[in-house]
Amino acid sequence: MSERKIRVLIAKPGLDGHDRGAKIVARALRDAGMEVIYTGLHQTPEQIVETAIQEDVDFIGLSCLSGAHMTLFPRVMGLLRENGVEDIIVTGGGIIPEEDIPKLREAGISAIFGPGTPLEDIIEYHRKAK
Amino acid sequence: MELAQRILKGDRRAVARLISMAENFDPQAQDAMRLLHPHSGRAHIVGVTGPPGAGKSTLIDRLAKSYRLLNKKVGIIAVDPSSPFTGGAILGDRIRMSDLNTDSGVFIRSMGTRGHLGGLSRAVCDAMLILDAFGMDIIIIETVGAGQSEVEIASLAHTTILVEMPGLGDDIQTIKAGIMEIGDIFVVNKADRQGVERTEMELKAMLDLDSEEKAWTPPIMRTIANSGEGITALRDAIDAHRAHLVACGDWNLVNHDRIRAGFMALLRNRLTAFITENPGNKPIFDAMTARIVRREIDPYTAADELMAKLTSIKH
Ligand SMILES: Nc1nc2c(ncn2[C@@H]2O[C@H](COP(=O)(O)OP(=O)(O)OP(=O)(O)O)[C@@H](O)[C@H]2O)c(=O)[nH]1
Ligand SMILES: [Mg+2]
Repeated sequence: MSERKIRVLIAKPGLDGHDRGAKIVARALRDAGMEVIYTGLHQTPEQIVETAIQEDVDFIGLSCLSGAHMTLFPRVMGLLRENGVEDIIVTGGGIIPEEDIPKLREAGISAIFGPGTPLEDIIEYHRKAK
Repeated sequence: MELAQRILKGDRRAVARLISMAENFDPQAQDAMRLLHPHSGRAHIVGVTGPPGAGKSTLIDRLAKSYRLLNKKVGIIAVDPSSPFTGGAILGDRIRMSDLNTDSGVFIRSMGTRGHLGGLSRAVCDAMLILDAFGMDIIIIETVGAGQSEVEIASLAHTTILVEMPGLGDDIQTIKAGIMEIGDIFVVNKADRQGVERTEMELKAMLDLDSEEKAWTPPIMRTIANSGEGITALRDAIDAHRAHLVACGDWNLVNHDRIRAGFMALLRNRLTAFITENPGNKPIFDAMTARIVRREIDPYTAADELMAKLTSIKH
């Protein structure tokens, strides 16, 4: 009777007003049988982390197009640590320059999905990582 | 520390984890649920249902804020349909509740219906009990008013609010038979739009059809959820309904019905599993199914025979 469902929070931190990409990923993950919590635009890192805790998600997908990922993504990681959350896998998407990736990985972001990433790869990543 | 103790001490992560375990039918949830049970039974459970896009989430966001002004703690369980084909879901009700995220007096949980019969009520029941024991004063459950499962969820609430909006067409098509009866409070949201009076009149006409005199006359209220108009009055109506239930003694009756509904949901799950999954019974069930498939027996006779077999076996 017991069945685990993969739960993913798709969040858009920061001020940019475009969530097309985030929505496409959200739908793809849903179609792959996952439960996707979608919270809309303009989320603060505090809101994202609190939502992730209440929803007990396995993954947080952060999408950022505004260029503020270098401050926002590590801030989310920091807040997760402050709250003692170590078991949520955080990924990033949006427009992220190649040279920023090593730093984001160092900050604890597990994977970065650039604009061209096939949806199948993103789905596979979520299936495999859990 | 034990999950239940952590919850009673106010640990939000423990709350979230136990709700997941209950949702996943994890047998290990049972111990914690047993320990939490004596600490539950204080919360006022409020169901909010209505057609897609009527403004339920926006309304709940405003209501929660209104209760927060009175320093009441608010739990919210927002249910969205899962895809019957993939089992996946997009749970988007939190979009309307952003500012509640970081209020420590509020706990919001999104749930997919996950398509299992009676399973949803069980999961919602468990989540309610957990939030209740966690100390939430009001627990609001949002469901899309579309079918049987919603009526079932409504039976888990003390107070059920039906949210409508001024119609695009002529009739309130969305209010189906069986749904009207469960409403304790009717809300015409989006009262900033054309056609409010008409929707109100239709609601009133449908309520009047129910000629039987009742101790509680369901009020019909107007709200504009995104500007907050009418929210305080709605909160007062919810509190008045609770006071009414307590005053006339129905509070205990409703509690009895609620608990019975939850208990039945649990039993249904257990019994189904006992017949279809229990190692002793599964072979009997499978064999019987195969006989029906071969047209050797009809399902009714098979059910009778199966029940007779199961009730005579000593486990
Ligand atoms: N004009 C107007 N729009 C409103 C009002 N209340 C909510 N809305 C808008 O209606 C849309 C749907 O609101 P939600 O709160 O998401 O509705 P819902 O019933 O929870 O929707 P589902 O969960 O998808 O069934 C949003 O764009 C709201 O901003 C209102 O009183 N007036
Ligand atoms: Mg909603």
